[in-house]
Formats: sequence, C-alpha cells, structure tokens
Amino acid sequence: MNNSITNTARLLGAGLRALLVLTLVTGVIYPLVVTGIAQGLFTHKANGSEITADGKVVGSSLIGQQGYSLDYFQPRPAGGLGENSVNTQYKLILSGATNRSADNPELVKWVEEAKAKVVKENSTADYKVRPSQVPADAVTSSGSGLDPDISPAYAALQVHRVAERNGLSVAQVEKLVKDHTEGRTLGFMGEPRVNVLELNIALKELVDGS
Amino acid sequence: MGPVLAGVLQLLALIGALALAYVPLGTYMAKVYSSDRHWRVEKWIYRGIGANPDTEMRWPAYVRGVLAFSAVGVLFLYLLQRLQGVLPGSLGFRAIDPDQAFNTAASFVTNTNWQSYYGEQAMGHVVQTAGLAVQNFVSAAVGIAVAVALVRGFAGSRTGELGNFWADLVRGVVRVLVPGALIAAVVLVACGAIQNFSGIHEVGQFMGGSQQWNGGAVASQEAIKELGTNGGGYFNANSAHPFENPTPFSNLFEIFLMLVIPFALTRTFGILVGSVRQGYAILATMGTIWVGFVALMMWTEFAHHGPALQIAGGAMEGKEVRFGVGSSSIFAVSTTLTSTGAVDSFHSSFTGLGGGITMLGMMLGEIAPGGTGSGLYGMLIMAIIAVFIAGLMVGRTPEYLGKKIGTREIKLAACYILITPALVLVLTAAAMALPTPADSMTNSGAHGFSEILYAYTSAANNNGSAFAGLNADTQWFNSTLGLAMLLGRFLPMVFVLALAGSLAEQKPIPATAGTLRTEKPLFTGLLVGAILIITGLTYFPALALGPLAEGLAA
Repeated sequence: MNNSITNTARLLGAGLRALLVLTLVTGVIYPLVVTGIAQGLFTHKANGSEITADGKVVGSSLIGQQGYSLDYFQPRPAGGLGENSVNTQYKLILSGATNRSADNPELVKWVEEAKAKVVKENSTADYKVRPSQVPADAVTSSGSGLDPDISPAYAALQVHRVAERNGLSVAQVEKLVKDHTEGRTLGFMGEPRVNVLELNIALKELVDGS
Repeated sequence: MGPVLAGVLQLLALIGALALAYVPLGTYMAKVYSSDRHWRVEKWIYRGIGANPDTEMRWPAYVRGVLAFSAVGVLFLYLLQRLQGVLPGSLGFRAIDPDQAFNTAASFVTNTNWQSYYGEQAMGHVVQTAGLAVQNFVSAAVGIAVAVALVRGFAGSRTGELGNFWADLVRGVVRVLVPGALIAAVVLVACGAIQNFSGIHEVGQFMGGSQQWNGGAVASQEAIKELGTNGGGYFNANSAHPFENPTPFSNLFEIFLMLVIPFALTRTFGILVGSVRQGYAILATMGTIWVGFVALMMWTEFAHHGPALQIAGGAMEGKEVRFGVGSSSIFAVSTTLTSTGAVDSFHSSFTGLGGGITMLGMMLGEIAPGGTGSGLYGMLIMAIIAVFIAGLMVGRTPEYLGKKIGTREIKLAACYILITPALVLVLTAAAMALPTPADSMTNSGAHGFSEILYAYTSAANNNGSAFAGLNADTQWFNSTLGLAMLLGRFLPMVFVLALAGSLAEQKPIPATAGTLRTEKPLFTGLLVGAILIITGLTYFPALALGPLAEGLAA
C-alpha cells in the first residue's frame, strides 16, 4: 500500500517536472522567439496592421468598423458582436457571430430588415435598387463581427448614393471601388473583396482634394 | 471564375500541398519515433524530468505515464486560471470561476479546446501563453505518443514493450511540433496575424473615437492550435477573427496545418509496421471520407436552403467575405473530421444539413484524418472492427498486420467504440430531460436540440467546436462537458494502450493465402463502409431529431 502511494507520488512528480520543463520550452521560449522574429521582420503586421490618415491612426486594415455615416461606404451588419460582459472595466472590441440558425425567425427578420434598409438607403433619385440586386453579405453578419470587407457587388450597390452625397460623379466613385477591389489570391483563393476602411479613406481624400 | 469552381480549385490546391508534405513528414516522424539517439536539448529535459528515456515500458506503465502527466496538466491549468487575479501579465482580468476553470483545464488537456469563456475578455497573457498554448503542444504530443505505442504493438514481437512515454512525449514536442509551429507562426504573421504583448490599448477610429484592442501572442498560439488539432481560439471568434486568420491564403494554410500531421502519420504507421502500402490503405480511407464530406458540404452550402439564407441570397451568415462559402466549407469539414474544432465560420448558421455534416464528422470518431495521433489510433481500431466483420463473413479468425484479433483484442476495440456514443447520447438525453439546461439554447425547435447534441458530441469526441448559440457557461454544462471531455479522451486511450500491449505480446503470424489483404482497395472500401454503417446505426435517431429535421424542412 505504502509502496503504491510512493510510486504514484513519484510518477506525479515526474509529470509535474515534465510539465514545467515543457512549459518553459513551449510557453516561454517559443512565443518569445516568434515574437522576436515577428517584431523584427513584420513589425507593422505583428502589431495589427494599423493604417493612418492625415497622420492619425484610424484603425486596422484587418478590423471592420461600425458607425460610418451614409456619406461613406457601409460595412456588413455585425449582429454578433459581443459586449463586455465579463470584464466591464474595459470597453474591449469583442468578436462573435449571431449563431442564429437558418430557420430562426429572428434571423429571418433581421435579414429582411437589413435588405429593406440597403434598398432604401442606396436608392437615389435616378437609381433604384431592386431587392434582388442586394448580395448576401450586405444583409448577413460575419463570423467575427469584425469583417473588414464587403463584396464588390455590395460596394457597387452603394456607388450611386456615395457619389450623390459627396458631389462626385458615379464614374469617379466606380473607379475608386475598382481600384480598391482585391481579386482572389492567385486567382482562386477566397473571394473578391473590397476593404471598407481603405475605401473610405480614399474616398475622403478624393472629396477633400476636390 | 465562379465561387464553386474557386472552391474546387482550393480543395485541389490543398490536396496537392498535403500530397507534397506526406512523404517527407511521414518519413521524418517515423525516424523521430524509432531513433535511438537523443538530442542534447532532449537530454536536458530528461534530466529535468528525472526519467530514463531508454527504459522500455509495457502497457500499464505507459498508461500510468499518460494519466499522471495529464492529471498534473489539468491541476496546473486549473490553478493558473484560479490564480489569474494575482498573476502578473494578466491585464487586470480576474480569476476564472471554479466550474469554468475546471471545464477549460479539462478542455485543453484533452486536446478538445471547447471554450465556455470569451478569450479576449477573460484570459491574460500568462494563462493564454504559458497555460493554454502549452497544452496545445503537449496534448497533441500525448496523442501522437499513444498512436505510436499502438503501432509498436502491431510491429512488436512477444515483448509486450511499447516504448517510453517520456521519450515519445518530448520528441513529439521538440522534434515535430515546436519546429512546425515556429515556421507556421512566422507564415501567419507574414499574412497579418498579430504577435505582440501590447495588451489592452486604444486605437483610433475613422469616424472618431477609439477602439480598445487586446493584443497578445496570437500567431504563436494560432500555429500550434491548428498544427496540434487543438482549436481553442485566442479570440472569441476563433479563426474567423482577422487577427487570427487574416487572408484567404492564411485560411487555406490553417486548414493545411490541421490536416498535415494526421494524414502523414499514416505513412509513419506504414513504415513502422514494415509496409507503406498498409499506410496507403488507411490514408485512402481517410481521404475518401474527407473529400466526400467536403463535396457534400459545398453542395449544401452553395445551395443555401433555409428561410433566412434564401432571403439573403446566400449562406453568408456567420461567414467572412474574404473566405466565402467554398473555403469556409472546406474549413468546417476539416475541423470536424479532425479533432481541431477551430472555426473560420459559425456552424450554427450553416444550412441544416451543413450543420449535420459537421456533427456527423465528429460522430465518426474524428478519424478521417482525425486528431494528431488520435485520428490514427481511432482509425486502426475501426480497421480491427472491419477485419473482425470480414472474418465473421468467411468464418476465419481475423488477423491484422500479422497479429490475431482474438477475444481480448476485439473486446478492447468494442469498448473503445462504445465510449463516446454512450457519453454523447446519455448526457444529451439527461440535458434534455432536466428542466434548466434547455434555458441555454439560443435557437428553438430542432436547432435548439442540435445545440445540445452538438455540444456533447464535440466534448466527448474532443473536438471543441460548437453550435455556439448555446450558453455553455453554466455549472451544468461546465461540469458535464468537462467530464465528457476527460472520459472521452482517457478511457479510449487506456483501451488503445491495453490493446497495444496485448498485440505486442503476440508473435507475428505469417500471411497465408487466406489472409485478408488489408493493403488493397477492397479493404479500404470495407473500412469506409464499416465506419459509416457503425456510426449511422449509432447516431441516426439523434441526427433525425436535430439536423435532419431542420435540413429536410428547409
């Protein structure tokens, strides 16, 4: 009996020592080496791909923002974005999806409302948006709630509104969207996309310059 | 080019990349686990542990090593979370509650990485980097070690020896996972994944005001999260978060990482048992199921049945624009056919049938290709069952790789395949029967049931993904899911190692004209059939109540 307790204790001791040594290797040395390489070679990316406009940091090219006025291109809905429920001392930007199922009545309602809103907001005096034109990404929330991109179709839908509200020609804004449309990587990876923040920065520059 | 064609091309590119890595990585791992030389750094580690890496262990000793190391791991990770409030580098985050800390500790030690917490608002640098990410490495290494021990059982002759657990553990970490993760992490940073210790800081916004970010060692954790088929995200949104998975390329790269070791281990297996063709047969089985599931998933997701998705005009709810439907489908299938459970898109918002495919993938036992190590040993158990079924049909004593599958062996294999279904079905039934667990559902009807079925399927099979509408941070779910993860990980391991010991004691019998040729396509077909039929019979009623009811109504 005593013998088996001693053996168990010895074994657990070996387990603990193994864990501590491997924690040193994989939990201290490894992340520090990666951080060193990352900060040395890819400083900008390792720190969050921040972008500046007029000398000020205005966000990250990777993180979508909410709250653009209608003068600007609108991002995807972010119905799944979380709230600081655990640590209320912070106002951290949280990520998350709605997790609503395809047959959830609430989601059906959100999608319908979003679609009506997109149609209404983007129809101008001489340009009427049809509901069938509205692409799926314009009316659904992304997985992260922080999707930085919209589809080229959703950007194209917003061109008339943006042009009208900023006193630009449709052709000017169309060119802007085209310049900021990124195709599939190597022609086949992912989907074509337009980065909303980068597009809006360029739009602002165009408006301020003219 | 249309999105469907692009999806298919991405699948083909992935297959090409996996094929390129298969031989070198599989051969390398065979050398790692059969070499009798120790690296200098490994010798230091063995000295630290106080273990002799050259001692051969029989199966009880190997089991004791696995259990002792894992028990210490659970306790250590539990304490780290409970003490977070007083640890430095915790960003002011408080201690994790006992039930959630237990759940999370069990989750990461069992390679499940189920998360009932919100990463960015609950875990500081120390818990993430020195706690969770460490288990990402060692739990994966334990999985490979057990798989290698089983393979040694087939390869061994009359000794009963399975190798040395400490040596297998350390080599897995030092020679396979750390170098792989290091390269992968740098690639991910080059794509845009963050890697810093900036903590919580303000960043300006376009329309004025600022955002608060939680910066940390994300890329280093992301790399091992995929390579070790763990799946626990630094952020709540997991691999959908742009800081974890910034580009279409990084998405495919992460899928590659989660598949590369489980597939390549079939070559390691082939080399160690002295016939790479046996490895190809297992590989073909895994590959057939994986490709079949991807095809089904793409079909249902592109068809986007379901009221909300029909109105939206596409299955983009819970998916990112940069990945789209095609790449998200490949990710979803790969993460549930391995034990990863990372998500780049949210399974709860997939079509009804798409959600069912993710569940079925886990219910197969995550063997196509499965988790690091656990995929191989799970598949070899199924191979034993298939050989047994074939033996019954022709009235011969079944044998596999020159070892007789006798009463003891088949009992152990049967115990193995009964554990996870028992855990899943009993706990799901209990949760549905009790009055309060259903309060955690976000969706109602068939999908609400699916949320709970998914949770126990994910936990007992050590996957970790979720129909994340379920509020799992309750004492009931934290406790029962934690238990499901521990029992679903370690009971099967005990049976696998007992089986390995039993095989290792046998003398190999020479193949005769009557021996079932297990390296032939016929056997691959038999194995695929056995897997699908056994899983189908076990889970069909439960699937019919959840995803099938939802999918067929749409």
